[in-house]
Amino acid sequence: MNKNASVRKIGDITVVELKGKITIGAGDLQMREAIHAVLNEGARKLVVDMSGVTTIDSSGVGELVGCYTTSTHKGAKMKLMNLPAKISDVLTVTQLITVFDVYPNEAEAVASFGS
Amino acid sequence: MRAQLSRGKASLQVVPGLREGRELTNEMTTTSPGPIVLWLASRYENIELVQAALTHVCKQRAIDSEMEHWIGMALREAVANAVKHGNRLDPDKRVLVKFDGVGSDLTIVIGDEGGGFDPERVSDPLAPENQMKTSGRGIFYIRTFMDDVAFSRGESGGTILTMRKDLSKRGNAKGENE
Repeated sequence: MNKNASVRKIGDITVVELKGKITIGAGDLQMREAIHAVLNEGARKLVVDMSGVTTIDSSGVGELVGCYTTSTHKGAKMKLMNLPAKISDVLTVTQLITVFDVYPNEAEAVASFGS
Repeated sequence: MRAQLSRGKASLQVVPGLREGRELTNEMTTTSPGPIVLWLASRYENIELVQAALTHVCKQRAIDSEMEHWIGMALREAVANAVKHGNRLDPDKRVLVKFDGVGSDLTIVIGDEGGGFDPERVSDPLAPENQMKTSGRGIFYIRTFMDDVAFSRGESGGTILTMRKDLSKRGNAKGENE
């Protein structure tokens, strides 16, 4: 796994924890690789923990959108949780905050998948 | 006067202050520090160098961390565009970044040596048909987080982006509608 992402499991839910900058040439492709890897391994309930993300740029946002689309095409559900305020702002101004399923904490993200 | 700051062609040029006619020093007033000019090779890692220069400018100009964050976001997008779309990652082509302005004005100029760019051809990332595209949001973020944004053509081609932040709008760092 790369330095920008780590993976853990909660039952059948896969949590990808992102860290640091998700920016062009510095984390954007690593995020894509990490999420695609768990999808290719069969993950279908996916939560991306954004709490450790310090900066995201348009390239990182674009990769996030691409991962969401890929997840959907593979029959997986990708959700976001623990968005820092500035990351939330970046998604809000481009109206993507309403596209993603966003949860304020892990308990609510996990519960959203049902039993 | 030039001092190498990173590998490649990245360099920092400290331009003499406009009023005093002397080089930029920490002792100069925070309202008229004089321009800072960087010439950078077209590499993504030099975005971090530009970010560091912005932090330096913000410290000089007493710009708070909230406003610095959003200016930094616009600046990173602008430099990334110059490297990727302007100079097409050609390390022999340079990116100019110039910090300037006095008082409540912070003006940043970003220039590239590419083939030029028509801002009118940029699609609206908020349009429903573009919402799930993986690119095309950079200029929107620049326009959102800065107060004035203008594109022009350089004398020898390339694109010059001039973006300005009104530092008196301290409570409106993100550039939201007032």
